[in-house]
Amino acid sequence: MTYLVKGQTGDWELVIGLEVHAQITSNSKLFSGSPVQFGSETNANVSFVDAAMPGMLPVINAHCIEQAVRTGLGINAQINLTSYFDRKNYFYADLPQGYQISQYLDPIVGKGEMIIDLPSGSRTIGITRLHIEQDAGKSMHEHSPKYSYIDLNRAGVALMEIVSEPDMRTPEEAAAYFKKLRTILLYLGTCDGDLEKGNMRADVNVSVRKVGDTKLGTRCEIKNLNSVRFMTKAIEFEARRQVEILESGGSIDQETRLFDTEKGETRTMRSKEDAHDYRYFPDPDLLPFDSIRKTLPELPDQKKQRYIDTLGLSPYDAGVISSEKEIADYYEAVAKGHDAKIASNWLTAELFGRLNKQGLEITESPVSAEALGELVGLIENNTINGKIAKEVLDKMFETGKPAKQIVDEEGLTQVTDLGAIEKAIDEVIAANQDKVAEYKSGKEKMFGFFVGQVMKSTGGKANPAILNDILKKKLS
Amino acid sequence: MSNPLHMSLAEARDALAAKKVSSVELTEAHLKAIDTLNPALNAYVHHTPEIARAQAKASDEKRAKGTVGLLEGLPIGVKDLFCTKGVNSQAASKILTNFKPEYESTVTTKLFAEGAVMLGKTNMDEFAMGSANITSHYGNVINPWKSKTAPEKQLVPGGSSGGSSAAVAARLGYMATGTDTGGSIRQPAAFTGIVGIKPTYGRVSRWGIIAFASSLDQAGPMTRTVRDAAIALQAMSGHDPKDSTSAKLAVPNFEAILGQSVKGLKVGIPKEYKIDGIRADIIAEWEKGEAMLKAAGAEIVPISLPHTKYALPTYYVIAPAECSSNLARYDGVRFGLRVMDDGDNLNDMYEKTRAAGFGAEVKRRILIGTYVLSAGYYDAYYKKAQRVRALIAQDFKDAFTKCDVILTPTAPSDAFAIGDNQDDPIAMYLNDAFTIPASLAGLPGIAIPTGLSAAGLPLGLQLIGRMFDEETVFKAAHVIEQAASFNHVPEGY
Repeated sequence: MTYLVKGQTGDWELVIGLEVHAQITSNSKLFSGSPVQFGSETNANVSFVDAAMPGMLPVINAHCIEQAVRTGLGINAQINLTSYFDRKNYFYADLPQGYQISQYLDPIVGKGEMIIDLPSGSRTIGITRLHIEQDAGKSMHEHSPKYSYIDLNRAGVALMEIVSEPDMRTPEEAAAYFKKLRTILLYLGTCDGDLEKGNMRADVNVSVRKVGDTKLGTRCEIKNLNSVRFMTKAIEFEARRQVEILESGGSIDQETRLFDTEKGETRTMRSKEDAHDYRYFPDPDLLPFDSIRKTLPELPDQKKQRYIDTLGLSPYDAGVISSEKEIADYYEAVAKGHDAKIASNWLTAELFGRLNKQGLEITESPVSAEALGELVGLIENNTINGKIAKEVLDKMFETGKPAKQIVDEEGLTQVTDLGAIEKAIDEVIAANQDKVAEYKSGKEKMFGFFVGQVMKSTGGKANPAILNDILKKKLS
Repeated sequence: MSNPLHMSLAEARDALAAKKVSSVELTEAHLKAIDTLNPALNAYVHHTPEIARAQAKASDEKRAKGTVGLLEGLPIGVKDLFCTKGVNSQAASKILTNFKPEYESTVTTKLFAEGAVMLGKTNMDEFAMGSANITSHYGNVINPWKSKTAPEKQLVPGGSSGGSSAAVAARLGYMATGTDTGGSIRQPAAFTGIVGIKPTYGRVSRWGIIAFASSLDQAGPMTRTVRDAAIALQAMSGHDPKDSTSAKLAVPNFEAILGQSVKGLKVGIPKEYKIDGIRADIIAEWEKGEAMLKAAGAEIVPISLPHTKYALPTYYVIAPAECSSNLARYDGVRFGLRVMDDGDNLNDMYEKTRAAGFGAEVKRRILIGTYVLSAGYYDAYYKKAQRVRALIAQDFKDAFTKCDVILTPTAPSDAFAIGDNQDDPIAMYLNDAFTIPASLAGLPGIAIPTGLSAAGLPLGLQLIGRMFDEETVFKAAHVIEQAASFNHVPEGY
């Protein structure tokens, strides 16, 4: 089916390309943890990052990257393995940062294509690129004659901009492309396609040329169309307008236009002279990212490296823990909120030893990760020392009781009271004057003897660090 | 016990541990000294005695229970660039008039968790742009040091962390936080005879630090000894999931490295740093440092960093470009200053607010940055600067195949008088000629005081290390510090 505008000088053909903005389905925004919810109270879903408070920094929401990659695969497009974000700089009251974080030179998704079906048959429409960007907030001018009000709920919400080649020749093809794209996004679950909420909208580029011409005419961009019906009408009007200008000897100004839905016509929004210089440059707050890897879980070698680099585990322990997913999961649950190294020691040395003895797998451990975490916590905050902790772990194995309960029931709390420890030390020293003399004469190994005696008299509950400290002073 | 103000941070820490003094006592001593001495220095601009007293009291209670952090009970100053919850955080700019953030920067959160006591916010160049602390909305900072040859002149404390450097040099805090984009920790440290380290880019979180140039900004401690810097840097460092450029690396125990031998350590001396017209006393100090390391068993290696001369112009394209974008958020819409008259539209408000809110140096850099990113100029300036930046980083990589650490001067002169270089931005920018290359390469650099100039003013040296190798930097710095035994105190402090 061909669609031609009949002019006085002959037939004119349309050339149409679409830039579709689709809100990425995600629970939180592209660079902040703020929720994405339609219909919230004004400015309810705004974090310090969204409001661009001084010193705030963006962090990529990996889920949004994954959604964009899925969409790219859905339109048979090339996925660029590494990509980065640029800043698009312009001032507007609902753009808090003074720049939009977007992608310019290296979008996450490159060339792709999509088949559209029409009564006259199928056509393949080329897709130029897909990039990710943040949405702006909303300016509201209706509340006051003097001031505008700003709602930042939408600011920072993730969008995909999907740009087509100028491959469409009729308003119906443009409509079919838009509908097909919407269906694909809905199938993928990467955009809810809600046109009324503006979650999917299109900027349509239209130009005309004489049938048979191969050169493209000057195009106009019609902004923010969110209905197929209006899109068709806008294209039809715009094509007629351009043909009339050209046939009367005029030329088309490249400009941005708006569609007036009531009058059914397009009008100038911004001429080329008013176009912004966006001063794009790579956002230095964000490092280039690996688009595919973002969609994969952390693999054993990466886990091991992270344990070494960020948790400070030894390569051996990191290797043991990451070797099986179940062990790694268990470990991370133990270490949650606790010292990573202490957690690692108690898992690999103490728990594994006891499991091995009974021939149990980690998944069969009578002590849950949370229970071991609690024990680690008691060691960390000096409630019990390492020696007592081993006994407690034995009892946890036997009885299944939580560590804290065992410690309380059996009165195992470590003695950190300086006075009590000092008293115990004084008694040991008084009772072993001969040994003191030996120590002072240079037999430093005797120190261990005193530690042992004090530990014995305190039932093993003295805090070793405090004990050593006071003992050293008393003996010097 | 000696005057608590004159102890080093480590000495004060040990005195607290030995229960010779309490944090409340140390804090009161500092608050009293600030009352007396700060008016002449203008180092502190927001005083937080209530916070300090509450933190000190809490710290003493915490200590009694047996738990102590790395900086437990130690009074410090915080540069005005750090967002501190409920306390003015204005980057010394009029445009952030009365801005009190509802959040605490990662660095100050960490410092407080380690027990630090905040005495107040320190003065700085506006948005950290300057090398003399003469661009602050709060007025100039005065260096506590006086020239012997012209004692009537007020000297600059360096910049941009000039309030921090003056405060630490004047014994008004055991440590102060600084930030360094092109030399803003190291040059003021050199001008005031103290130690300052800019760690590797990514070592310390930038979250909650008001941004100047994001790819260069890095926070670090300013202290009176290398040991103090090691302790304080450890407290500040670590991966922060809220800063995507922060490194996922464990933090070493920096203090533990001090005292280790530098025997066999290869120390690179870059020939390109012997710039034309370099002062004889700067060269002499540099050679002195070389001799100190050599005497301790290090090996001196001549190296070349061929793209050094392009570092300054590269920096003055990249830093303004990033700042022009980073400072776009100061628009009068959501916080800080708003200037508008009846009937003004949005653009009028932007123009009036930014015209009134930013000082001349900040405006200059926003203009330069906007220009170099503009269509038609981007390739010639910004893109080319990024390429040169990569070459400068490569220079260092190559050099570090031949040496382990690099020794250079920190600044091309001792502290100059307020008013000098004021009308000549280029001369002012040259102050950072020795510090900027390491900033562009993201490498750690430390400034250590080593001696006095003929005018009786501090001179110092810089050590530059490999990526994330602050340990070697500290080790070598400690050796120089021991050998130089710089124990001069500005007169009257």
